[in-house]
Amino acid sequence: MNWVTKMFSSSIGQKFIMALTGLFLCSFLVIHMVGNLQLFKADDGLAFNTYAVFMTTFPVIKFVSYVLYASIIFHAIKGLMLVSKNNKARPVKYAVQNGAANSHWTSRSMGILGTLVLVFIVIHMKNFWFEYKFGHEVGYTSYFTNIATGETGSRAMEAEYKQHNKIEETMVSSPDGQQYKIVVVKDLYKEVATEFKEWWLVALYVLCMFAVAFHLYHGFQSAFQTLGINHSKYNGLIKFIGIWVFSVLIPAGFAAMPIFFFFK
Amino acid sequence: MENNLNLNLKVWRQKNAKDKGGFEEYKLSEISTDMSFLEMFDVLNERLIVEGKDPVAFDHDCREGICGACSMFINGRPHGPKQAVTTCQLHMRSFKDGETIVVEPWRAEPFPVIKDLVVDRSAFDRIMSAGGFVSINTGNAQDANAIPISKENADEAFAAAACIGCGACVAACKNASAMLFVSAKVSQFALLPQGQPERSARVMEMVAQMDNEGFGACTNTGACSAECPKEISLTHIARMNRDYLMAELTSNK
Repeated sequence: MNWVTKMFSSSIGQKFIMALTGLFLCSFLVIHMVGNLQLFKADDGLAFNTYAVFMTTFPVIKFVSYVLYASIIFHAIKGLMLVSKNNKARPVKYAVQNGAANSHWTSRSMGILGTLVLVFIVIHMKNFWFEYKFGHEVGYTSYFTNIATGETGSRAMEAEYKQHNKIEETMVSSPDGQQYKIVVVKDLYKEVATEFKEWWLVALYVLCMFAVAFHLYHGFQSAFQTLGINHSKYNGLIKFIGIWVFSVLIPAGFAAMPIFFFFK
Repeated sequence: MENNLNLNLKVWRQKNAKDKGGFEEYKLSEISTDMSFLEMFDVLNERLIVEGKDPVAFDHDCREGICGACSMFINGRPHGPKQAVTTCQLHMRSFKDGETIVVEPWRAEPFPVIKDLVVDRSAFDRIMSAGGFVSINTGNAQDANAIPISKENADEAFAAAACIGCGACVAACKNASAMLFVSAKVSQFALLPQGQPERSARVMEMVAQMDNEGFGACTNTGACSAECPKEISLTHIARMNRDYLMAELTSNK
């Protein structure tokens, strides 16, 4: 057996894969959060839609997004395989097992929490990624800015409207001599706003963010331990980031988005 | 005696490795709170012998918490409800009068039940023979301070070497993982100069044997360390992960 295969098929090696892909997915969450904060901007979605075009067309980002999809699939499959392997290590279960006495419930529920997150990712990709890329629901919106006064406005294009690029920018002069910048862009923002008017979808998203929160409450810290990073000088910081950033701030931020659009 | 306990024991009875096994209930009365948990089992066994029944088989040896032989899973926890004790050092004062106590053997694929509460832990021995040693010529004892070792490393190595190999880590782990045991045995040598020549080979061989035996993978729940009678720290697992990664990446094997 080749040494690379041997390393990654050992129990510790498999955990390295889980830790590395897991931390990469955590780094993605930060980017996703920061980008999506533009949903809260009161500009009818111009900034968010422009950002969506950049994220889906810029070659480097496109490449990283394929690495991301691969990581999600790998992390999920490897995780489920490990759950099944670990179950086989104890074929006869205990009649009484007091897990709460020695460990946190999140650490004992990573398989089920991860499965919930995976189901969420599938629903989420269908709602937005698939619709944006292949669906017919997402239309175009035209945003205009008066260059002199800074006055802005927007108007949805007709349902049949098509253009070659996801975003097209033109400068026009009105009959009274005013200069306008016109941006016609695929309106993912409107899709988000419309979808989140459904109460059950909002509820589902918020519940799934709890699964993300609890998965990362254990997962972020655990990844460092797996990679051998356990040192009294850094453990406090890792624990702090794992709990406050990845299991509170980020899930709360994501949960705020559907709630914001529901009540908007 | 007013402090004596009346107990309801539910004990796993299994004739041999092939038997399906099941729980058997025993009522015990007038159990002194000063007895150890194993002495309570001695009382039960003497009664069973008098009644002409098969006494409960359980592992025990030193009865002072250092040999690692005793191995009972008591009320859902290895070595019972107290921290940092083995079953032999657990006293009946830790239980309430009238309490039902459920006693099971360690449960893990690599620890098959031999009889009743006795499991075969020779998987640990095979992991040790795969690399848990240093190859040095013996002879006259060296001068005590011939090899300088920092106090910190000596203490840390000693803390790892405190592992008695009882298997409570495996029993407590939801994945029946042996990482705490193996990491303690890897660490006690990795921290000392004498362990350096075989450091890479040791961690690779011991991890390979651990996987061969069928123990689960570590999910860092920390249950092992919380239940360890010698309070072996999770830092040893991190050290083993680090050593394993470095060994695979840089050794010639």
